[in-house]
Amino acid sequence: MIRPHRRHPLWFAYLLHRVSGSALALFLPIHFWMLSLALNDREALDDFLAWSDRGLVKAAEFGLVFLLAVHLFGGLRLLALEWLPWSGPQKTLAAAAVGLSLLVSGIFFLQAV
Amino acid sequence: MSTGGVMTVAVWRGGPEGSAFQEFRVPGQKSQTVLDVVIWIQQYRDPTLSYRFACRVGMCGSCAMTVNGVPRWTCRTHVKRVAKTGRIEIAPLRSLPVIKDLAVDMDPFFEKWVAAEGRFHPQRTRDQPVRETKPQTRRRRQADAAIECINCAVCYAACDTVAASPDYLGPAALNRAWSLLNDDKDSGTEAILAAAGAKGGCHSCHAMGSCTRFCPNELDPMASIAGLKRASIAAALKRKG
Repeated sequence: MIRPHRRHPLWFAYLLHRVSGSALALFLPIHFWMLSLALNDREALDDFLAWSDRGLVKAAEFGLVFLLAVHLFGGLRLLALEWLPWSGPQKTLAAAAVGLSLLVSGIFFLQAV
Repeated sequence: MSTGGVMTVAVWRGGPEGSAFQEFRVPGQKSQTVLDVVIWIQQYRDPTLSYRFACRVGMCGSCAMTVNGVPRWTCRTHVKRVAKTGRIEIAPLRSLPVIKDLAVDMDPFFEKWVAAEGRFHPQRTRDQPVRETKPQTRRRRQADAAIECINCAVCYAACDTVAASPDYLGPAALNRAWSLLNDDKDSGTEAILAAAGAKGGCHSCHAMGSCTRFCPNELDPMASIAGLKRASIAAALKRKG
């Protein structure tokens, strides 16, 4: 359960940024290893690509694209907060980061299926 | 004027050696604040209840407590805003040592103000004329935006970084340092930037925003800390260059 003093948009934005960053740190080594198969083991890559053509995997990829996008846009928000002499409407910017990420990952998903 | 309702109020009792919530039944009043509730319990139910308050009008910053899990200034928090289920839970502020019941030891909080150079560094003596301040300059507006802190420690208790890192100076001390850094009458620029850039300073902030969310005076310590980060990095680059 999330404690009462944490129930506000910027704390959720902080949580989302940490969770998405950790998930991407776990994902990227696997992603690069998979890309390396193109050079080292073509058959294994073809098997993997066939496996990744399932609906469930595509739904998981939607989640990955969302996490990547929300980490990117949320990170831009934090960079703007910390490097520009202007603090901006942070709640609105955090909401915009989530909205843009849903848009990007939604477009990816519609193209994938 | 009584509203006729009775609420259940759970109050944190005890000190460092052991503590638990104790429940009281308190009559509802019109325009009743959480501090009114605490005072009623102490006057009519248990005179040994310990807590702290002074002005009762949101100026002194001494009555902050944790109300239903959220740090608040109790003298300006109306019961009707927090007792939606007919129950209020009142505890001492988080991240500060409890002396007894609802009274916390504020020493660590103010020691961090000193560590953050949150004191005025005068340029002139009392025999010299006061330096002119132009209110419309960018620096003065930044100083003014951060200056109305009443030292209530609500932001300090709300901050998860303070809770996790005992060395972190916290939003109030850093907000004060930012205000002084922008004050043309203050001569402590180097000392403030050294304190802000040191371990436990502004770079420990994770921008969770709880300080800004809960500041009762609607200050923006998160933006002040971001300003300190920029100033601290600019000073470090200047030293290298």
